[in-house]
Amino acid sequence: MKKYFYEFLKGIIKENPTFVLVLGLCPTLAVSVSVINGIGMGIAATFVLLGSNVIISLIKNIIPARIRIPCFIVVIATFVTITEMTMKAYSPALNRALGIYVPLIVVNCIVLGRAEAYAQRQTVLKSLFDGLGMGVGFTLALILISGIREALGSGKFLGYTLTPRYEPAFVLGLPSGALLVIGLLLGFFNVLKNRKE
Amino acid sequence: MKNRLIVSVSPHLHKDASVSKIMWMVVVSLIPAGVAGMFIFGVGALWVILLGVVSALITEWIVQLFAKRRVSVLDGSAFLTGLLLAYNLPPRVPFWLPIVGSVFAIAIGKQVFGGLGQNIFNPALAGRVFLMASWPKYMTTFTKPQNFDAITSATPLAALKEGKVLEGISNWNLFLGIRGGCIGEVCIFALLLGALFLFVRGYISWHIPVTYTVVVGLFTYIFGPRGLFSGDWLFHILSGGLILGAFFMATDYVTSPLTRCGQIIFGIGCGLLTAIIRLWGGYPEGVSYAILMMNAATPIIDRYTKSRIYGTR
Repeated sequence: MKKYFYEFLKGIIKENPTFVLVLGLCPTLAVSVSVINGIGMGIAATFVLLGSNVIISLIKNIIPARIRIPCFIVVIATFVTITEMTMKAYSPALNRALGIYVPLIVVNCIVLGRAEAYAQRQTVLKSLFDGLGMGVGFTLALILISGIREALGSGKFLGYTLTPRYEPAFVLGLPSGALLVIGLLLGFFNVLKNRKE
Repeated sequence: MKNRLIVSVSPHLHKDASVSKIMWMVVVSLIPAGVAGMFIFGVGALWVILLGVVSALITEWIVQLFAKRRVSVLDGSAFLTGLLLAYNLPPRVPFWLPIVGSVFAIAIGKQVFGGLGQNIFNPALAGRVFLMASWPKYMTTFTKPQNFDAITSATPLAALKEGKVLEGISNWNLFLGIRGGCIGEVCIFALLLGALFLFVRGYISWHIPVTYTVVVGLFTYIFGPRGLFSGDWLFHILSGGLILGAFFMATDYVTSPLTRCGQIIFGIGCGLLTAIIRLWGGYPEGVSYAILMMNAATPIIDRYTKSRIYGTR
């Protein structure tokens, strides 16, 4: 049980997809304008990761090595389609806010990266916990980035105004603001890591 | 007794110039423009300048302390950054604006890259562009010159962009700085006085400022409002932040090319970008963006204009 727990935990801090593996930055840059978008994107990606990791580790022995990437993409695309249709049905507002970035989870490097680097050579159960951990790590990173951007860029958190006297810095709502925040956070986490070693 | 014999390899030329001394000399050369700004816009301008400078110094000190770098607050570079940032602000901004700008300029524009000499972009301009993108409302509200009751007025360039007729602003007024604008950019006379001092002392060369100014003048003359060769080139040179940018910010040692040839390319690029932004861009003024873009191109320019080492091919 302990080793499964480790597989889950490593995705959150030690191998955090955003801040350590530096994968999946395109959706991170695009949707981290507000916390609610970040959470929505995180949950959608977690579901896809979970599904694709489990299925790919199940069928890993029958996938021919030379065409494995197209096979992975077919599996991933299936789960992305399920996610998108579910989101359209139950939460159309979120779907509109995330826009093109929901179908683009197909090419999210975290999902393909975990399939290629992990699920295709590990057991089903381990892959499940790995997918879950990576998804939660991605979601937490998105919440952190979008929290900073929403608080400083529009003076709100989850849509609630924090303090009416604050004059928001528009630049943090722009793509350049996302690059700034991600860069500074990456630097900050690297400093922490270096201190520890 | 202090050992005054310096043993070193050739060349044995000695010049009484250090980074710190040059920085303080540039600060000195900027004083007339600041004094002129104060005369034109009132004492409020002094507060903006003081806030910008002091917060730049404090930020430098704190960041260097935390990063465990050698604390070099008094080498003049942070002072200069704060001063230039304040010169690039309108005279009546809320008190926190110069502070935020200076903190961004020093912490993100300079120290994140490794401190003085390592930064890619001119820190003061990085701070200004950050403020411009964040709080455009304050950054584009200018006061009328010599009218201390905070009546807003457009800068001549902004008025031109909106298609208004420019009235009551002669080139002489522009030269003396009787117009709306940022604190340090308005008085061309004072700026040129400071620049002359730097030229005479040999701290800046003519390559960047002259090519920059000439290209802007030429370009705005050729692509005038009434067909080719009808532009008001003198107006474009005297208005906006061109002189401040060309003589004091594009010539920043760290972020401009090393060779003469590279500096000329840099000046031409800055001039073209500034003129293009002014004539066809969304903003009335393009000096800061032009210099920042050419800052980004500086490493490439340096690579292709590398001087040949004697004896090699």
